[in-house]
Amino acid sequence: MKTERIYIFKRFERFWHWSQALLIMTMGATGFEIHGTYSLFGYESAQELHTSAAWLLIGLWVFAIFWHFTTGEWKQYIPTGEKLVAMIRYYLTGIFTDAPHPFRQTTLSKHNPLQRLAYLFVKLIINPAIWVSGLLYLYYSDWSAFGLGWLDLALVAFVHTAAAFMMVAFFVVHVYFATAGHTPLSHIKAMITGYEEV
Amino acid sequence: MRTCSILPLRHLAVLMSALVMALVLATGGARATTDISEGSSTADHSKFKELKGPFATGPEVTRACLQCHTEASKQLHKTKHWNWDVVNPATGQKLGKKNIINNFCGSVVSNEPRCTSCHIGYGWKDAAFDFTSEENVDCLVCHDTTAKYRKFPAGAGHPAYEPMEWPAGSGRFIEPPDLAKVAQNVGPTSRRNCGTCHFLGGGGNAVKHGDLDLSLVEPGRYLDVHMSPDKLNFSCSKCHGGDAHAVQGSRYTPTAKDTTGIDIPGRTDGKRATCESCHGDEPHPATANVKLNDHTDRIACVTCHVPRFARGGFDTKMWWDWSTAGRLDENGKPLKIHDEKGREIYSGMKGDFAWDQHVIPEYRWFDGTVDYTLFGDTVDGSKVVPINKYGGDPDDPGSRIWPFKVMRGKQAYDVGNQTLAVVHTWGQDDTAYWRNYDWDKAVETGMASVGATYSGELGFVETEMAWPITHMVAPTEDAVTCEECHSRDGRMAGIEGIYMPGRDRTGWLDLLGWAAVVLSLIGVLGHGGMRFYAHTRRMQSNEN
Repeated sequence: MKTERIYIFKRFERFWHWSQALLIMTMGATGFEIHGTYSLFGYESAQELHTSAAWLLIGLWVFAIFWHFTTGEWKQYIPTGEKLVAMIRYYLTGIFTDAPHPFRQTTLSKHNPLQRLAYLFVKLIINPAIWVSGLLYLYYSDWSAFGLGWLDLALVAFVHTAAAFMMVAFFVVHVYFATAGHTPLSHIKAMITGYEEV
Repeated sequence: MRTCSILPLRHLAVLMSALVMALVLATGGARATTDISEGSSTADHSKFKELKGPFATGPEVTRACLQCHTEASKQLHKTKHWNWDVVNPATGQKLGKKNIINNFCGSVVSNEPRCTSCHIGYGWKDAAFDFTSEENVDCLVCHDTTAKYRKFPAGAGHPAYEPMEWPAGSGRFIEPPDLAKVAQNVGPTSRRNCGTCHFLGGGGNAVKHGDLDLSLVEPGRYLDVHMSPDKLNFSCSKCHGGDAHAVQGSRYTPTAKDTTGIDIPGRTDGKRATCESCHGDEPHPATANVKLNDHTDRIACVTCHVPRFARGGFDTKMWWDWSTAGRLDENGKPLKIHDEKGREIYSGMKGDFAWDQHVIPEYRWFDGTVDYTLFGDTVDGSKVVPINKYGGDPDDPGSRIWPFKVMRGKQAYDVGNQTLAVVHTWGQDDTAYWRNYDWDKAVETGMASVGATYSGELGFVETEMAWPITHMVAPTEDAVTCEECHSRDGRMAGIEGIYMPGRDRTGWLDLLGWAAVVLSLIGVLGHGGMRFYAHTRRMQSNEN
């Protein structure tokens, strides 16, 4: 099959991806320290880093959401059944037998149907859970002033931690599937240069 | 045997403490320890003919003082310092030193001449003391600036008027102060004045409070940022002072949470014994961790800013077991045993002790209400009896987490009556415990002094008494760090009713979460491994 290079990820998208990656790793490392899982930076530094990274990430997100809507890129995450089964079959068998990748990226459709589902799950389930619980956590002292005096910190912490675990699991799988493109490095190269070999 | 082997060390310790005491007293006398600068007073008391003297007794000095300060005694008559008697308006309990019982020396009643050596008056030797007497107010003990004035330990508040032996039979004598000289050198109260009683409570330096001892006469900044002469040099009255000799701040009715904020004259309640009255309730600057100000609603300032108590080099008493008292040596004198650090760990007069310094406080919810176990209250001898119970609830927004010294020990109780016992410890009569070491006689007299009848059956009950820690405020850099509380077995391990990040977790969520992460890892590693294996085999078969 002939390989061609197409420009998939624009500069903002790549900046968004990598800065988000860095911030999420920072938040994970500091978050689980705050959770008491280990001692790395010291509680206070971990808390300060976690909060600063959170605000940066929120800022980044505001830009990203704006970008998604103004460019119409949000449509990349609409689930589709087309080639879904083929993708699952590819990951279960084809990938081991060097079968051709069933999905061909285009600028209009950057993500395979499984990616679409995974990212949609992150954007609609994990992220809202982690952001809402995180902001509530951060403004714990003002709950009464917000009329949220009935909230329970243990519950908020539970949601925040549960979402964090989901994020870690997503991170593990995501990093692995970055190597599952047409070649092991093609996805990673694409996220750095913008050009994917398809 | 044990005492013999450690004797040299013990002597060294005694010598050292004597040296420290001497230094403390000498510097206290040489240097003004008040925040009022020298020469700011408009009166030089040494120029007053009324104070020329000579004075034979304390009350004679007071009469001279009252010639100008005509209302002074009347003001003091209204205070707890004079009456040792106060009603807690919240609980209706009759408190004050006259009424409560503690787990140090016990009670004032029936032991007046000894205990009242810390009364701001002269002559309270028994219940017949006249609380309306103006000349019996002791001006000097609070206003002496010479550091030479001292009440005789068993003089019912009087100083020695002639050389008097103390302790009895020791061959050591307390010299009488030069009352005229002391009177001519009166001034504002200093840390040393207040410390004369408050640093020595419970029978000696550092014994009682844990956050008040002689190290605060001239504290380094490390020990107390406010009182240290290195910078602020606060006297006690800087925070505790008030109008008309009414001292602010109370252990009977403390303010657990001051929501008034910084006190501005005319606008607020004028109370300034809380941290908040100067620092407000958002005291941490914008440059500090923003979360710190979020803590002030549930955490008392001192919880973080007094990281440990008894930090001045003196041990404070943590345990006092009266049940073992009464052992005498071969000469019939009460036995004394010291440990290798020179600390008295057994006294035939008082029983077993445990001491400690640099102590991490215990933390409890506190809403400002204190409920005492008083004379006559029923106690259960099989349980630890709280001498005072501090109210507080995590669900009550008026409660905050406070640090406490918790004094524990065993003390006499009347098994038949199921009440704490009033013990007649000190006295010249045959029934005083320190005369004949007969508990039954001592308790019978003691109980009679509060109108109770001793059942004849004596026991010892374990008690605990909590003392809020508010002094020895450390510099910022020494404040309790976040992880000392936000950790699995940190300082807040015993605090219930709140979720604390770093301390608390939902166990099964962590289990499930890590399982999901590990399974994901196994999944991708397995998948990757299989890919690698399949790829390698293909390469090999292609080569073949």
